[in-house]
Amino acid sequence: MSTPDSNRHFSILDQMPIAEAPNASLGSDRTIAVKLKVNETEHELQLEPCVTLLDTLREYLGLTGTKKGCDHGQCGACTVLVEGERVVSCLSLAAAHQGEEITTIEGLAKDNKLHPMQSAFIKHDGFQCGYCTPGQIMSAVGLIAEGQAQTDGEIKELMSGNICRCGAYLGILSAIKEVKEVTA
Amino acid sequence: MVTEMTSTQDRTNIQAKTGKNIDRVDGRLKVTGEACYSAEFPLEGIAHGYIIQSTIAKGTIEAIDTSQAEQLPGVLAILTHQNAPKLNSLKSKNFGGGYPGENFLPLQDNQVHFDGQHIGIVVAETYEQARLAASLIEINYDEAEPMFDLEQALEQSERYDPGERLQPSWGDIEGGLQQAAVTIEETYTTPLEHHNPMETSATTAEWHDDELTVYDSTQWVMGTRGMIARGLGLPEEKVRVISHFVGGGFGCKGFFWTHPLLAAIAARKVNRPVRLMLTRQQMFSSCGHRPRTVQKITLGADNEGKLTAIRHHTDTETSFVGDHAEPCGNITKMLYACPNMEIKHQIARTNTGTPTPMRGPGETSGTYALEAALDELAVKAGIDPMEFRIINHADRHPQSDKPWSSKHLIECYQRAADAFGWQNRDPRPGSMREGDDLIGWGMATATYPGYRFPTAAKAQILANGKVIVSSATHDLGTGTYTIMTQIAADTLGLPIERVKFELGDSKLPIASVSGGSSTAASVSPAVRSACEAACFKLIEMAIADNESPLHDYQAEEITTEAGRIFVKESPEIGETYEAVLQRHNLPLVEAEISPQDKGSRYKSIAARTKPGIVEDEGGSDEFAIHSFGAHFVEVRINPRRNQVKVSRVVGAFDVGRILNQKTARSQIYGGTIFGIGMALMEETLLDPHSGRVIIHNLADYHVPIQADIPEMETIFVEYPDYHLNPLGARGIGEIATAGIAAAVVNAIYHATGKRVRDLPITPDKLL
Ligand code: FES
Ligand code: FES
Repeated sequence: MSTPDSNRHFSILDQMPIAEAPNASLGSDRTIAVKLKVNETEHELQLEPCVTLLDTLREYLGLTGTKKGCDHGQCGACTVLVEGERVVSCLSLAAAHQGEEITTIEGLAKDNKLHPMQSAFIKHDGFQCGYCTPGQIMSAVGLIAEGQAQTDGEIKELMSGNICRCGAYLGILSAIKEVKEVTA
Repeated sequence: MVTEMTSTQDRTNIQAKTGKNIDRVDGRLKVTGEACYSAEFPLEGIAHGYIIQSTIAKGTIEAIDTSQAEQLPGVLAILTHQNAPKLNSLKSKNFGGGYPGENFLPLQDNQVHFDGQHIGIVVAETYEQARLAASLIEINYDEAEPMFDLEQALEQSERYDPGERLQPSWGDIEGGLQQAAVTIEETYTTPLEHHNPMETSATTAEWHDDELTVYDSTQWVMGTRGMIARGLGLPEEKVRVISHFVGGGFGCKGFFWTHPLLAAIAARKVNRPVRLMLTRQQMFSSCGHRPRTVQKITLGADNEGKLTAIRHHTDTETSFVGDHAEPCGNITKMLYACPNMEIKHQIARTNTGTPTPMRGPGETSGTYALEAALDELAVKAGIDPMEFRIINHADRHPQSDKPWSSKHLIECYQRAADAFGWQNRDPRPGSMREGDDLIGWGMATATYPGYRFPTAAKAQILANGKVIVSSATHDLGTGTYTIMTQIAADTLGLPIERVKFELGDSKLPIASVSGGSSTAASVSPAVRSACEAACFKLIEMAIADNESPLHDYQAEEITTEAGRIFVKESPEIGETYEAVLQRHNLPLVEAEISPQDKGSRYKSIAARTKPGIVEDEGGSDEFAIHSFGAHFVEVRINPRRNQVKVSRVVGAFDVGRILNQKTARSQIYGGTIFGIGMALMEETLLDPHSGRVIIHNLADYHVPIQADIPEMETIFVEYPDYHLNPLGARGIGEIATAGIAAAVVNAIYHATGKRVRDLPITPDKLL
C-alpha cells in the first residue's frame, strides 16, 4: 500500500553531495596563549579568552571525564580541583587558571590504582548512569580535604551542589563516610 | 508449564551470581571518567553544532538573517528551512515497537508550533564560535496567538483522540455511588515536568561516503537507526547508531527527537564529523516532558469500606506536532476490585513541545491522584489507609478477570508497615510531633506493568576461554551491563571476569527500546538462550569428533559447568570449551538467538545443567502481569517555615526475581527520589502571556539534592514470575516512582490536616 507520503522519497545523498562541502574556514584571530597544568602535565594552548575551563578540558585536551550538565554552575557535574579546592569548571575561564594545579577525575587514580573514593563509589553503588559521578567524586575528595564535614548532615549539605538525577545519593553518602573514616 | 524450584540446592546452583550484590562491571569506567558518552567520542576533524530555537510559541518565520553570523571566523555552515534538504516523513510509522517522539521534521517549513522548536543549526570550528554565531542570527516572526492554557485548550483547541482503550467502563457508576456510605469527589492537578537527565541529549554524526555513523544518547538504538535512515532516505544498513553509555534518560531519550537528524545533515553539509550537544535550556522544549494533568476522581465505598464506584477523568495535553496520551487511568482500572468503573481521558492540543513518557507515564501521575483520593476516602470512612487498601485488594485483574501471574501486594503492605512501625501511628492529623516539628505518616500503593519485548542476542565462546555476549540494548544506569554479564556467566558456569557483555550498537542483534522497565525481563532470556546455543554447538562438535572424550555420547547425556562440557553421570569424562575449539582450529563458536527462537531445542541444555531452571514459554496471555509495591513515608514540617522534609521512606516491592541486589536497590532509591521531587518541588512554568517556557535551568527547576534525601529502606519480597520469562524477573525502573508522591501528600495531610491537591507542594501552598 502506498500513500502519497511514502511515494515521495528524498535522499540526502542526492541533495547534499559531499563535494560541495565548504573548505575549512579561518580560525579565530582572537585567540590568546594559555598555559595549563592539568593532572601534573603542562599544556600550551591557543584559546579564545571566553573558553571555559570545562570546555578546554573536554574539547581541547580530550579530558572528557569532566562532565557538562548545565554549563551554568547549577549541577556540579563539571567539578574539578584547582589548587585542591572544588571549582565548577563551567563557570571559570581557562585563561584565569594559568599556572595553577588542576586535578580532574583522570588524575585521581595513580599507577592504575583507584583512589579510595573511586573504589568506595563502586563498592557502595554511588552512581547509576555515571554522568554526575566524576563531579561527585571530585567534590567528595575536595570536601574531605576541606576538613569541615563532620556529621552526616554536614556532608549532605556540603555535597548538595552536586545533583544526581539518578538519585544515587545514599551510595554517595556511604562512600564518603567510609573514606572519611579511613583517612581520619 | 512452570517448573518449580526443586530444592534449595538447585536454587543456589543457578543463582551462583545472578541475584547477588555484584559491583557494576562498568563501574571502573565510570569512576575514572573513561566511560565514553555520546558527545565524547574523539573523532578526527570534529566540528561543533549549535541549535537555533524559536523564541515564540506559535507563528511563522518571516525572515532569517544569517549574514552577520556567516562573517564570523570559524563558521562553516548555517542551515535553516531556507537551505535545508528535504526529509522524509516519519509520521505514524512504526519503527519496530515504537514511534517517533513527534511527527515533526526540522527545517522543512517556516511554521513554529512551540517555543524552543529547532529552527536551524550553526556549524563552526569550535563550540564557542558556533554559539556566538547562533546568537547573531536575526529572526523575524509573524507571531500568532498560542494555545497553551490547558483549561482554555480543552474548550477551544483541537483534540487528540487516543481511542477506546483509554476510555474503559463497566458496571453502573451512578448506581455504585448511590450504594455508597461514603463518597468523595476531588480534583488533583500535576504540572508540566521535565526529565532532566544529567547528560543532555547529544549526537555526534560522522559520514563515510554514503554511510552514516551516529553516536547518540538514546534509549533505543534500533529505532533511532530506523528513523534516521527513513528521514534521510537511506537504506537502514547504511546507518549505524552507537550508544555505549547514556547519562540518564528517564524516558526523554526513549523516542526519537529531531536533533540527530540535524547533526547528520550538518555533518553531511560540512563533510566533517559534527558534535551536537543540546544545552540544558534547550532540553526544556525539544525532547519531551510529562504533560500537565487535571484529574477528577469520584469514589464511593460501602459501610465495610468496599469500593462501590471509581470514576477517574483525566484532562491532559499533547502538542500540535505529536500524539502523546498520558494514560493516568490505566492503573485505576487494575489496582482495586470495584464493580463499577469509569475511566476517561481528554487530550487537548497545546502549543508546547510534544510530551513523552517520563518515569512511569500514566502510572506516576495516575497513582498520585488515585492514591491521594483513596486516602481521603479512607479517612472519611474511618478506616486505616492500609487496611482500606487490603479490603479492596484485587484478587484478579478487575477489567479482564485474568488471574495475576504473581501478586504479593498484601505481603508488601505488611512487611513495609512492620519495618516502618505503622502500628504506632496515631491517625489524628497533627497528633504526632517532635519538638516544633509536625510529623506525618502516609502510605500508598505502587504498581507497574510487567513488559517483555522481543529481543535477540548473540554469544561467542572464544578459543582463549573468554565469552562475548551482545545485544543492541542499553544501560542507562539501570545495570544492564552487569546483570547480563552475571546471567551469561551463570549460564556457562564461568567467573564474571571471563564474560563481556556488549550493548548500545545497532550492529548487534536487535533489541527493543529500553523503556517500560522492560530491559531486564526482555534481554536476560535471550542472553541465556544464546549462551546455551553456543555451548550446544560445542557439544555437537565434541560428539562428532573422535579425538574428543565425548565422542559418540548422546547430546542429552552431556551438560556444562565451569567452562567444561562433560558427561552428566561421569563428570570426569569431558573437556574445556577451549580444548574443543583449539582442536578444531577455530577462534570461536557463536550462536545467535532471534526473538522467534523461543522454546528451541537449546533449552534442553539448561534443563539438564541447572535442574531449577525454567523453560521459556515466552510470556503468557492467560495472566495479567504487573509488579506491585507499597510506600510508607514520614514527613517533618516545621510550622514556621512550612518546608516539608521527607525524613524516612520504607518500601516493599513485588517485582519478581531480583537479578542484582545492588543495582536493583539503587533503581528503587532513584525512583523514590524522583517521586519525592515530583511531590515537593518539580514544576516547569509557562509564561502566562507568551506561552514560552520560563523555567529552563536547574536553578529554577528544582530536583532533589543530597540534603533532601531521607533515610530509606527497601524490601524485596522476591517471588520469581516465570510467566513473564524463565528468569522470573520483572522490570524495576519505574515502579518506585509510582505512588510515592501520593504517600508524601498523604503524610503531609496527616501532619497538618491540610489537603493540597495541586503538585508540587511548595511551602506557599501550606500557608
Ligand atoms: S556543568 Fe558546571 S555546574 Fe553544571
Ligand atoms: S549517576 Fe546518573 S546522574 Fe548521578
